[in-house]
Amino acid sequence: MSDTQPENLPATSAAGDAQTPAAEVVDQRQGMFGVRGTGDTSGFGGLRRQVALPGGTPKPYGSWFDGATERLEGLVGDGAIEKVVVDRNELTLHIARERLVEVCKHLRDDEALRFEFCSGVSGVHYPNETDRELHAVYHLLSLTHNRRIRLEVSVPDADPHIPSIVSVYPANDWHERETWDFFGIIFDGHPALTRIQMPDDWPGHPQRKDYPLGGIDVEYKGAVIPPPDTRRSYN
Amino acid sequence: MTTTDPYATTRETTEGKVFTVTGQDWDSVVAGLGEEPEERIVVNMGPQHPSTHGVLRLILEIEGETVTEARCGIGYLHTGIEKNMEFRSWTQGVTFCTRMDYLSPFYNETAYCLAVERLLGIEDQVPEKANVMRVLLMELNRISSHLVCIATGGMEIGALTVMTIGFREREMTLDLFELITGLRMNHAFVRPGGVAQDLPPGALDKIREYITWMNKHLPEYAELCNANPIFKARLQNVGHLDLAGCMALGISGPTVRSTGYPLDLRKTQPYCGYETYDFDVPTWDSADSYGRFRVRLQEMHESLKIVEQCADRLAKLEGEPVMIADKKIGWPSQLAVGTDGMGNSLDHIKHIMGESMEALIHHFKLVTEGFRVPAGQAYVAIESPRGELGCHLVSDGGTKPYRAHFRDPSFANLQAMPIMCEGGQVADVIVAVASLDPVMGGVDR
Repeated sequence: MSDTQPENLPATSAAGDAQTPAAEVVDQRQGMFGVRGTGDTSGFGGLRRQVALPGGTPKPYGSWFDGATERLEGLVGDGAIEKVVVDRNELTLHIARERLVEVCKHLRDDEALRFEFCSGVSGVHYPNETDRELHAVYHLLSLTHNRRIRLEVSVPDADPHIPSIVSVYPANDWHERETWDFFGIIFDGHPALTRIQMPDDWPGHPQRKDYPLGGIDVEYKGAVIPPPDTRRSYN
Repeated sequence: MTTTDPYATTRETTEGKVFTVTGQDWDSVVAGLGEEPEERIVVNMGPQHPSTHGVLRLILEIEGETVTEARCGIGYLHTGIEKNMEFRSWTQGVTFCTRMDYLSPFYNETAYCLAVERLLGIEDQVPEKANVMRVLLMELNRISSHLVCIATGGMEIGALTVMTIGFREREMTLDLFELITGLRMNHAFVRPGGVAQDLPPGALDKIREYITWMNKHLPEYAELCNANPIFKARLQNVGHLDLAGCMALGISGPTVRSTGYPLDLRKTQPYCGYETYDFDVPTWDSADSYGRFRVRLQEMHESLKIVEQCADRLAKLEGEPVMIADKKIGWPSQLAVGTDGMGNSLDHIKHIMGESMEALIHHFKLVTEGFRVPAGQAYVAIESPRGELGCHLVSDGGTKPYRAHFRDPSFANLQAMPIMCEGGQVADVIVAVASLDPVMGGVDR
């Protein structure tokens, strides 16, 4: 096995190709135990690991995924759905940010889709995925059809704007505030996008990967235990 | 007395005069308002008010006794649990997330573990007994959580007997938790791949005693409250929210069931084998605080039914494994109570220290490094006592979660506070908030 081969990808299922998405590399890791530069005596300095998430899935997706995706494509036309990922029996639609509100409106109102219930949005930060550093992940639930769907919108760190969907799903009000608070994603059109968990004058966005966890050394029986983010760890 | 209280002061700000009221000093406010008082008063209730279920801050604009605008201030209990989980192994994550919604720890743990198991693709390999124990603990937890809701909600409107008997029954439930997991809360008992430990000897007898006790005492709540005119006067038509409002605001749990819609993930999207249990989803049609109370009351009886079925199944599953057979994932040791408290069982220590070097290496690797989880993301939602508790996990293929996010029902439900309270009386704010049953540990995480 070459040491640049992606590790730990989802296992190939015997069921069919639809369940075997091609990998999409989002990060490169090097070495082990957080040691950097010269003086690396860990013996793992040459180790390279690609971090790859499940990539786009080719049709057919299986289950109800085909019908729902086609229906939505028919309603919103080309360009709105950037990518469809079927992984672990969950459907993820990557949506172009400028079309998000339109997509949500159709998902909520169309009879064949009818995702009435929005379980909120949260962020994921991929600092090394160029121009797609910040992802906003929405989970919708259809009570009529008893289905779940995930929407993912990716934006560059330099321009972290996503249209707010509070006008479609008022439930997303606090969730968008929380995602702004923790990731710095600006939801345009939100009625009052203020911090919700952190104090109003807090600098920075704590859930981003470049924001340190913080912590202090703990002394226990003479030994000093460093805080969790500075301990050696497995890359 | 009030004049010497250093915390009860008056100061001028650009928004107007600000009074700090600490109780029994309303005269100073009235006197301070002068001859022509302003009609509009903004009251800052909390974050330490005893009726706000923890550190919730309510900002109420009132005219006389009527609330014209209400807003929530949250974040006082934010502890960065999600961020912390990114720096610990997948198994250690349980220890963090159990502390979120501290009244329903088993739900936090189970939602997280189900998400980890989906990422690992081992959902079908979790042993039967582990699933039954998860269901048992979750349903006991639903009873204890609803008891706190009803007890504190009763206390806030002056029904102190409801509070004392509520905590009496809750204590019985916590005794069971202590017997089974070793702890009254923050158990970290449900682990990826199963549960931490088998049932201790005698636990089934205790569970049956508990069921007998609850069957005898649960009806007391109905007798005390259901037709009580004062109780009904305080709860009926207070905190109204209909189904359309619930859907728009993403409200789940007893609040949506009090509108007559039987939304329950245990029925619609079963997990842990809930489809094999016999129970009903109680609903009410009044969409108010009284309806939510009745739904919770009825749900405790349904939970008791499930607990009874779990006890029957566990009697047949004696000696079965409670952790996944896959040695690369399953925790290597069983716990046991030793002379210095809970720890690895002596048999296991003898095995790794005296018999097998490989077992020691394996134990060491799995405990310090942990297992790796294939890259990808998963969202698992379960029905907690407060509604849809979702866990969104992202893995980068490493030994730690890349991102863990919890969609806590308290957080989402609390958004309904303004619509329930605006236009009502100040005293009804307390009842409306209590009927949502927010737990600030879950709201702020």
